[in-house]
Amino acid sequence: MIAYLIRRILYAIPILIGVNVLTFSLFFVVNTTDDMARMQLGMKRVTPEAIEKWKQQHGYDRPLLFNEHEAGLKKISDTIFFQKSIRMFMFDFGSSNDGRDIAREIQARMLPSLAIALPTFIVGLLIYITFALLMTLFRATALDVMGVSLCVLLMSVSGLFYIIGGQFVVSKLWHWVPISGYASGVDGIKFILLPVLIGVMGSVGSSSRWYRTIFLEEAGKDYVRTARAKGLSELRVLFGHVLKNAMIPILTGVVVVIPLLFMGSLLTESFFGIPGLGSYTIDAINAQDFGVVRAMVFLGSVLYIAGLVLTDISYTMVDPRVRL
Amino acid sequence: MNGMPIILWTDAMIYLLLAVVAVATLWIRKRPYLLLPWQRVMKSSVGMVSLLLLSLFVLVGLLDTVHYRAALPEKSNGQTVYSPEVLSLLDVLAKDIKSRNEKTYSAPLAAHLYAKESVEMPNGGVGRDYPRLKYGGAHLANPQQELFNDVLSRALSGAMAGVLIATLLAASWIALLYALRRLSVDRASSMSSPPVTGRQSFRALLITTVLLGMLFGMVSNLATAYHVLGTDKVGQDVLYLALKSIRTGLVIGTVTTLVMLPFALFFGIAAGYLRGWVDDVIQYIYTVLSSIPSVLLIAATVLIMQVYIEAHPEWFSTSAERADLRLLFLCLILGVTSWTGLCRLLRGETLKLRELEYIQAAQAFGVSSARILTRHIMPNVMHIVLIAMVMDFSGLVLAEAVLSYVGVGVDPTTMSFGTLINSARMEMGREPMVWWTLAAAFGFMLVLVLTANLFADAIRDAFDPRLNRT
Repeated sequence: MIAYLIRRILYAIPILIGVNVLTFSLFFVVNTTDDMARMQLGMKRVTPEAIEKWKQQHGYDRPLLFNEHEAGLKKISDTIFFQKSIRMFMFDFGSSNDGRDIAREIQARMLPSLAIALPTFIVGLLIYITFALLMTLFRATALDVMGVSLCVLLMSVSGLFYIIGGQFVVSKLWHWVPISGYASGVDGIKFILLPVLIGVMGSVGSSSRWYRTIFLEEAGKDYVRTARAKGLSELRVLFGHVLKNAMIPILTGVVVVIPLLFMGSLLTESFFGIPGLGSYTIDAINAQDFGVVRAMVFLGSVLYIAGLVLTDISYTMVDPRVRL
Repeated sequence: MNGMPIILWTDAMIYLLLAVVAVATLWIRKRPYLLLPWQRVMKSSVGMVSLLLLSLFVLVGLLDTVHYRAALPEKSNGQTVYSPEVLSLLDVLAKDIKSRNEKTYSAPLAAHLYAKESVEMPNGGVGRDYPRLKYGGAHLANPQQELFNDVLSRALSGAMAGVLIATLLAASWIALLYALRRLSVDRASSMSSPPVTGRQSFRALLITTVLLGMLFGMVSNLATAYHVLGTDKVGQDVLYLALKSIRTGLVIGTVTTLVMLPFALFFGIAAGYLRGWVDDVIQYIYTVLSSIPSVLLIAATVLIMQVYIEAHPEWFSTSAERADLRLLFLCLILGVTSWTGLCRLLRGETLKLRELEYIQAAQAFGVSSARILTRHIMPNVMHIVLIAMVMDFSGLVLAEAVLSYVGVGVDPTTMSFGTLINSARMEMGREPMVWWTLAAAFGFMLVLVLTANLFADAIRDAFDPRLNRT
């Protein structure tokens, strides 16, 4: 197990290097740093001096890969690639355009993101699996057909509709919860309810249908027939056998997103004014703050790889045949 | 009217896509074993009805794809000058609703503006009242009393005309099918007879045609005198905006797949069949790409493209060309991010196929790798490609709206469901609220995505060999 983990983490390094090189070439090779500065300062009538000053302030005045003006190791370390990309491995993301430290900002914003994403994830999972199990229980009846039709309908509605409609009905018409905002602690619950509800609604259609497919595939197997043949009730078959054996495909899709919960949701957070990482990203995109976007891309892929490792570990918990 | 035809980049992609579809149709028609799953699709009522609706959307999209620049009346030095505005056939057909701009918001089928303004009173003074619309219901002398009856009578007469036309169409269609069948029976060649839709799906198709005829008759008759879906902030007809948005949605949904397909197919099959270091490299590439959350990758790339396009204004002679290039870039980027899923699926399937007896037999006969890949493996993974294509479509249409909201979608001047929603987002907070723009955008999107989902299901049911049919 330990050996496996070490191996997995070593595997992750080339992938992260790949991500790093990709973002580096995306951000610095496609466009020159001059273009970036001009974009920030307004497109027209920018003096070369202003561009130089901006580049110097933000540390973009170095050469890209190789600095021939310096001596020794500094030839490599005093470059944009080293300063901006390699340092991300130490989780040193530099500072955003308004001069704040990105790493500290990320730390502060993780908690609000998690406060929304974690309840959405847990409540959602419970509801989707219950719904899917019910459809499996009533499979090939009118109820099942209705359930699937409802799922298809729900998944055809844009996520934006759930947010705009939910905010309008629940907050504006009924005045149940505030339209947007965030507070930490117990006060925050009223702010969290609606985003969680909408987050769950947003993928109830596609997720329930997906789980139903998994359950149905499992329910068609021979051991299920055996279980029924020895006289188990349909409910026991479903919970004791089908659900247990469907855990592997379920975990494959579910565990990998757990670390990504830290990243929050772009849409929900920006609509509900939650000061999390999602709205941070959106603000950065709108302000064209490349440093923040680059940091989020890197963080996202680190968390994704962590999710893959977690998935493998979770297999050993539900399936005794899997040994790492 | 003279004009200079223009082929934008996405237009070219759409024409290419049409050509691919046409070639594929010809290819499939001659091969009964390929025709079989399509005949299963034709037997499904849901599949055929959704196909009919989708083809209407495609028709609107295609009309909106044929672009040209109109010639201006004055000439300079004997040379014709073309207007900087790029128009499409749809603009010509919908010229009336396009040009009839009001001052600002007006509700669907209204005769008055939505907000009160200072107007001259009949007695000479100035008071606050809802001013009349310039075009909507302008023929009515006294809208308060006549509006309802006028709308009702126009809707009814339009619906009746629509039903009549639809019935005639359906009747001629049946006659044609019947004649074709007679012809093929005469030739006594059962193989080349046209594929017959199932009795049930045929009935469903007829009913849908008549209902659609009713709807179109109603809307088009009303549209001659009213704004059927109201007008937006600057007085543009919302129905026109929604119709223009269809093309963007279709382009995002189809061109993206067209762009990524060659990569996914080539790399997926190569990785699965050749294994070894090729497999390692390809797996490395798609792990790197898929490890970046797709929204972030798209956001980063679109931001970069924005800077790139801004830095090269000299490439574009019209703003439509710039917006179009951005749309194409968006498709490319979406293609890059959605490429990995299909690639992984194809790799897995190829790994499975290459161990089967018929491939081993081919290898034993000394058939070259390239030939095995193209003749034996590729045809047997095509159903996965097709299913993935139709399944991805609806997701991409939905993604466009979200991305445009986030600010990394299409160009703000491109009409799309995303930009429509984005511009109308704050209108729900107005008092009284303006709901029609959002309702139109979400409504059109729902119909498009729902029919695409239903069609995708029908395709999957017909093509997936894992579903046992008896």
